[in-house]
Amino acid sequence: MKIGIDIGSTTIKSVVFDDSGNLIHKSYERHFTLITEKTKEVLKGLIDKFEIKEPVICAISGSAGMGLAEKAGLPFVQEVYATKVAISKRLPDTDVVIELGGEDAKILFLNGNLEVRMNGTCAGGTGAFADQMASLMQVSADEMNELAKSAEKIYPIASRCGVFAKTDIQPLLNQGARKEDISASIYTAIVNQTITGLAQGHPIEGKIVYLGGPLTFMSELRLAFDKALKCEGTCPEDSLLFVAMGAAYYASDAVDLNAALDIITKSKDSIRISSLEPLFKDQKEYDEFVERHAQDRVERIEGQPYEGEAFLGIDSGSTTLKVILTNDKGEILYSRYESNQGKPIDVVVESLKEMYERYPKAHIASSAVTGYGEDMIKAALNIEYGVVETVAHFTAAKFFLPDVEFIIDIGGQDMKCFKIRNGAIDNIFLNEACSSGCGSFLQTFASSMGYEIEEFANLGLFGDNPVDLGSRCTVFMNSSVKQAQKEGVTVENISAGLSISVIKNALYKVIRVHSADELGKKIVVQGGTFLNNAVLRAFEKEMGVNVIRPDIAGMMGAYGAALYAKELYRRKGNAHDPEYEGVISSEELKTFSYDVKSVTCNGCNNHCQLTVNTFSGGRRFIGGNRCEKPVTKKAQDDSLNIYEYKLSLLKEYSDDVTEKPEGTKVIGIPLAMNMYEMLPFWYAFFKQLGYTVKTSGFSNRAMYIKGQGTIPSDTVCFPAKMMHGHIQTLIEMGVDVIFYPGMTYHFDEHKGRKNYNCAVISGYPEVIKANTVNFGDIIYINDYVGPHVKSKFPEKINEILTKRLGTSFTSSEIKKACKAAYSEYSSYVSKVRAKGDEIIKRAKEENKKIILLAGRPYHADPEVNHGIHKLIAGLGFAVISEDCVSYKVAKFNTNIIAQWTFHQRLFSAAKYVAENADFYMVHLVSFGCGLDALTTDEVREILECRGKLYTQIKIDEVTNLGAVKIRLRSLMAAIESGKEGTANE
Amino acid sequence: MSNQSPHFIKKIMFTRKMKKDYTILSPMMCPIHFRLLRPVFQRVGYKVDIMENEGPDVIQKGLKYVHNDICYPCSLITGQMLATMESGKYDPNKVAMIITQSGGGCRDSNYINLMRKAFERAGYPNVPFISANTWNMEYAPGIFLSPLTLLSAAAALVYGDALTLVSNQVRPYEVKKGATDELLNEWIEILGRGFSRGKGYTVSAMKKTVSEICRTFSEIKVKKVPKVKVAVIGELYLKYSVPGNNHLEEFLTEQDCEYFIPTVLGFGAYKTNGALEDLRTYGGHPIKRLIMEVVMKYYFFIEDLLISGIEKWPMFTAPERVNDLKKRAEGIIDTTNSMGEGWYLAAEMLELADHGYENIICVQPFGCLPCHVAVKGMQNKVRRVNPKINSVDIEYDPGATKVNQENRIKLMLAVARENLHKDTENKGE
Repeated sequence: MKIGIDIGSTTIKSVVFDDSGNLIHKSYERHFTLITEKTKEVLKGLIDKFEIKEPVICAISGSAGMGLAEKAGLPFVQEVYATKVAISKRLPDTDVVIELGGEDAKILFLNGNLEVRMNGTCAGGTGAFADQMASLMQVSADEMNELAKSAEKIYPIASRCGVFAKTDIQPLLNQGARKEDISASIYTAIVNQTITGLAQGHPIEGKIVYLGGPLTFMSELRLAFDKALKCEGTCPEDSLLFVAMGAAYYASDAVDLNAALDIITKSKDSIRISSLEPLFKDQKEYDEFVERHAQDRVERIEGQPYEGEAFLGIDSGSTTLKVILTNDKGEILYSRYESNQGKPIDVVVESLKEMYERYPKAHIASSAVTGYGEDMIKAALNIEYGVVETVAHFTAAKFFLPDVEFIIDIGGQDMKCFKIRNGAIDNIFLNEACSSGCGSFLQTFASSMGYEIEEFANLGLFGDNPVDLGSRCTVFMNSSVKQAQKEGVTVENISAGLSISVIKNALYKVIRVHSADELGKKIVVQGGTFLNNAVLRAFEKEMGVNVIRPDIAGMMGAYGAALYAKELYRRKGNAHDPEYEGVISSEELKTFSYDVKSVTCNGCNNHCQLTVNTFSGGRRFIGGNRCEKPVTKKAQDDSLNIYEYKLSLLKEYSDDVTEKPEGTKVIGIPLAMNMYEMLPFWYAFFKQLGYTVKTSGFSNRAMYIKGQGTIPSDTVCFPAKMMHGHIQTLIEMGVDVIFYPGMTYHFDEHKGRKNYNCAVISGYPEVIKANTVNFGDIIYINDYVGPHVKSKFPEKINEILTKRLGTSFTSSEIKKACKAAYSEYSSYVSKVRAKGDEIIKRAKEENKKIILLAGRPYHADPEVNHGIHKLIAGLGFAVISEDCVSYKVAKFNTNIIAQWTFHQRLFSAAKYVAENADFYMVHLVSFGCGLDALTTDEVREILECRGKLYTQIKIDEVTNLGAVKIRLRSLMAAIESGKEGTANE
Repeated sequence: MSNQSPHFIKKIMFTRKMKKDYTILSPMMCPIHFRLLRPVFQRVGYKVDIMENEGPDVIQKGLKYVHNDICYPCSLITGQMLATMESGKYDPNKVAMIITQSGGGCRDSNYINLMRKAFERAGYPNVPFISANTWNMEYAPGIFLSPLTLLSAAAALVYGDALTLVSNQVRPYEVKKGATDELLNEWIEILGRGFSRGKGYTVSAMKKTVSEICRTFSEIKVKKVPKVKVAVIGELYLKYSVPGNNHLEEFLTEQDCEYFIPTVLGFGAYKTNGALEDLRTYGGHPIKRLIMEVVMKYYFFIEDLLISGIEKWPMFTAPERVNDLKKRAEGIIDTTNSMGEGWYLAAEMLELADHGYENIICVQPFGCLPCHVAVKGMQNKVRRVNPKINSVDIEYDPGATKVNQENRIKLMLAVARENLHKDTENKGE
């Protein structure tokens, strides 16, 4: 008899083979993280069923089984290896195994030598991810699978990590996209994640086997894989048990299970985990805490009849919807807080009906809506004002603490914090790109451990040794929690530890504070998560200050919106704008209905997925758009947008191949990364030498997908990942040569110590070479070149061309080509500068504010910047880029060494903005850009030391433009309030 | 308007006066080398202490005071420094910090500045930072190193490498438990005493000592049973640092492996070569080139001294010379690429696999920029060249758990054991 037990992250599986190799027992159950308990049960069950007294052959496997096996003296087999053993026994002709588990994802390549890929420290696309997404849509995992069957379209969803995906899905839900389509999109996202994250350039082909829970239970997920891999994989019988079977096959030593059971039963869990101070010393401290916070409350007169002016505030958040009706003193007449069920409009409609019913004599004098669903609700119900969330929250916080200095709001999915300076919103921190560590994380954990969230959080209040879980992204925290559980830490201490982690994440990861003093002493905390006393306490303890938490902490957005509406109403002399018809009446509500359609906009290269909502009464709302074109039906005026100008210039540097002279070669240039700066140079160079030059064109989503199978590093920045698609595009075009030279250095602009390119730009041509297998006859030139050393360059490039193309040029031919190259480059640069000056001049004449949208040259790529420049221009700003002004600033001292040309431009541009009124800086940062970990702080310091705002936008494969809008509108609000510092004060 | 930006903070220099009563604190990287280097600098009047602290407090301090997306070594070392400042072990007004600065296109050129910012924020604006670099990047009047001191330091590296190489190859097989480490400590003491007396830096002394080191270790009684042989390569600091790689060496010992950790000298040779390649590829001032060629010659010289010293003892595996490694990189990655780990890692993997270390752990900080190219970018290609390579990438950052890292290593080891088993069976037939 051979026994195999697989203790995974969410389930425990066991198998028994008899001596002739027949499977005579199998079990599969969830362990709800009670690993020791469940293992005991399983062992006991086996011992009883098979009446085991003598030592038997047995082995343990599974990601959660390692520690336990060690303790009990049982042989352990690494789980991937166990899979491999089982596969080679049962399905020996398999080429590739794709196994998705609760929290891990693996690919085994069995053809040739064994190669295994597991998800690394940055994970996603696993079963837990699918579960999380299902609960976000409020369906079960099975239902999600059913829904996906009738999908009509796939939305792009970030496939890297659950946190990203959530921020993509939420707006889709809020905009009314169909759940069927979202479900299928989630599966596609998992597939993409597996392919880019795990295959990392290794082709997945041959006989493919699917293993593990998600792939066993979700037929649509299998189909999504089949579709992406263009093959038909199989999911074998007992697909959940392969690890356990592998352990059994591998086992060779007889062990005493009774003794092992004994050890496990008796074992006192040794605590190696580091722990933190308890949240409360004693009951007394807790009582004082509760009493102190009970004072921050707002009057509620919900039961009483009311007559007169009332003000309506709605906060249509990412997962919840809050509605508040106040009287003119700010007392609450009506409030509602509930999950938006993915249908926020319905919830508001219901609330309004209730209000009209309860207060027939009140009249809604004014109304405002904030949050993700702002535009849609505003259009649907004819709400008077839309207000950006930060302003709504600030308005509400002022009610409780007029001289508030810092506001932090932690909700279910998102975190917003901002400082108040001179009565205006300053620094905004949002968690749009990473580490939500928000309420939903606590929620997910509570339910995975079988608790209600309130109960779970309260347990933490009196944990004696809260476990230290660190402050990182939720995926990382997940594994820390797993580890803690394995070490036998109590639920109380895990709960407390999670609360502390949420706070540490907010403070050190999102806001990045160094000390409490930076945030000031007058702090208002809000958001549903702070209603949780453990989180509140953790915040006070970590910051060392007492803070204000209003009793309506979860509804501050709605409350602020109501107060905002009142303020504006009063400011306009108790009146409205003449064309405003008033909020939807109780009569209209009776017949209110709406309809949602999803369409692809073909107005430009972005191909936005639009959701068109039509409401009764003829109002319409279009969501998912990046510019005003689909709404206004006319092209946006881009004349004050340098990014559009750059694209129009770059577009010209590509030839029509059909017109190429007989016998000449076509040089293909991938238009990505630093080629956005170098294209004019190389184009002119090769043209002069008589070649036809063809670029891969501007990026788009389809192009990205084309190359994603060859991306070796899933954590590299998106602009680099995009390069793979460009290379594949050029290969498809059938060019003769692909020219993508390595450039360790860019041109020296003499603003710093050196003129490096970043390590990724510098070495990426090598990555392409090492991971592209289908070049065929195409000559790929990736030699290192140094046009920055003008004197040596001609000779060096000639060597390269001779070597690679077999054509050598005379020295004068090359010199001529070089001359053309340098001159075209400088002509391009001058054109951009001149256009920049023109935009600045016109903006000043037209009294427009100027936003310097700074980044790298390749942030002009429409697929990389997601049309943010258009969004900004649409808000009425003029848009310039860093290179429009950086050359005007003389070299100056920076705290970090400015040794990268593109980064020097950022610093110079920041200084220019800092010193010039009417300029504002918005900094585009690619997720995963290591160098921007350096530059962001420096740019911020340069701006802030002269009282300017710093606005940073993190962008990735998919970017949540909702969060981007919040930043930009908050910036607008701060500018409008006229409080933003100007130069030389 | 001044041309300067007011955010700029003037750097505190390490002055001559400070040399007298300041303690210079350095983070630990390679324990053997650093224990040897300490007496070299003490002899010429510097009070040097090495920080080896670790734990959650260190990690938290790092996270609190440096940008969370910066590489792990930077945040970890900053944490070590700040925790040391608060430990009460030193007078905060009488310490200076020393940290390396490569000057290359990698983020590490800015560690020192990020640390200064962190110290400023943490309330220690007056602590001077000393940059250890070979490019004269920062001026510190209190630091003057005579040629003799520099030669002694080079000798300390040679000895450190020799001791690391041979002890790692003997320890797993020693008959008497602890015999290797006993001898290792004895050597460190003897050599340290020598450095304190200004000895041990001459060529003849180095040759003799390397040979003696090999001899004494070769005499330790061993039982050669087949064991899984693992090489640890990757980002320089993590490769060696105990808190950096979560006690990787201890773990490998527990797992009953022999492990090989490449030399510090080898990396230095690679870096020096990189500067020369730069000049060759892009052109540059002939004098600069001349200087670099002289430096390179010296490097080749001590590299050869170390390697040929070890090669005389057939029971020890010696690393390859940087020029041979360069040939291995051919066709895989251009040797012009020397940003961060550049072409070195790919070449090293092929080298080590040919010397019996087919099982390779590649350590790297999470999100390391050069590693996207040098490690992840090259893995597929390297495996195509030598399909026998069984490697695993391990990423480190403040949130990565040991259990996850060890699980991944265990997978690699399971495959390694299977291969070892096959090999011994084949040999048995």
